[in-house]
Amino acid sequence: MMDWINFTPQQSLLGGLLIGFATALLWLLNGRIAGISGITAGVLSSSGAERWWRLAFVLGLVLSSWVWLLWAPLPEVQVTANYPLLALAGVLVGFGARLGSGCTSGHGICGLSRLSGRSLVATVTFMAVAVVTVFIVRHLL
Amino acid sequence: MRQHRFLSLSAFICGLLFGVGLLMAGMANPAKVLGFLDIAGLWDPSLALVMVGGIVVAFIAFTLSKKMPHSLLQPKFNWPEATAITRPLLIGSTLFGLGWGLVGLCPGPALVLAGSGAIEGLIFVVFMLLGLRLADLVMARLS
Repeated sequence: MMDWINFTPQQSLLGGLLIGFATALLWLLNGRIAGISGITAGVLSSSGAERWWRLAFVLGLVLSSWVWLLWAPLPEVQVTANYPLLALAGVLVGFGARLGSGCTSGHGICGLSRLSGRSLVATVTFMAVAVVTVFIVRHLL
Repeated sequence: MRQHRFLSLSAFICGLLFGVGLLMAGMANPAKVLGFLDIAGLWDPSLALVMVGGIVVAFIAFTLSKKMPHSLLQPKFNWPEATAITRPLLIGSTLFGLGWGLVGLCPGPALVLAGSGAIEGLIFVVFMLLGLRLADLVMARLS
């Protein structure tokens, strides 16, 4: 059944266009893929100029909510997971994204836009696993 | 040096825009992400539109860039070279999907949330960094 109350077509499409615009800009200006897990991991593992632009990108993400606050109050955030679960999921997301060479941005947005078969396989895999995980947690446990 | 400053400045602006996009789209709200992933429950399809919007614009940029000799600030485009469907790709994506489905956070939104000062985002990001690092160590050992 559809959740019409929480459905936000305009905001989500506009947000998606903005994400695409940021991705396009990083590609056309810097020639780099906007894959967040890869960029973040690179802050830890690279050095010199390679580290600086990555650090700048991550800093932009981290400060984005403050820029948002200049115009509007932050949108609602609901986290149902407790701290231990957040920690476990954090390790899984970090480890998995690195091992799998990308996450929702690198494979899901960039890879699919480049028509990469490898990214399509990755995206279908993590989407399917995430859907099954939510199904088990919400409807079976 | 000058060029590196421009590269960092444009990366910073891209990060800001990306984060604002995530906030606007609803991706920074784990409950909304879980509502999208819960196709058997009360399904909120909003995030499919985030994918559509993002992919349409990025597709135009990637297509356009094929006719350009180099990116505007760099001597080349860093096209990803890997095409093989490998075991690390499948195992990694599976673990990623599991973590994403458990709490509804992926790396971008987690960094945005942590930056806003939300304790949940901070905890997630600290352990995500640990996971990223751990994967680098494991992969270095295997190769």
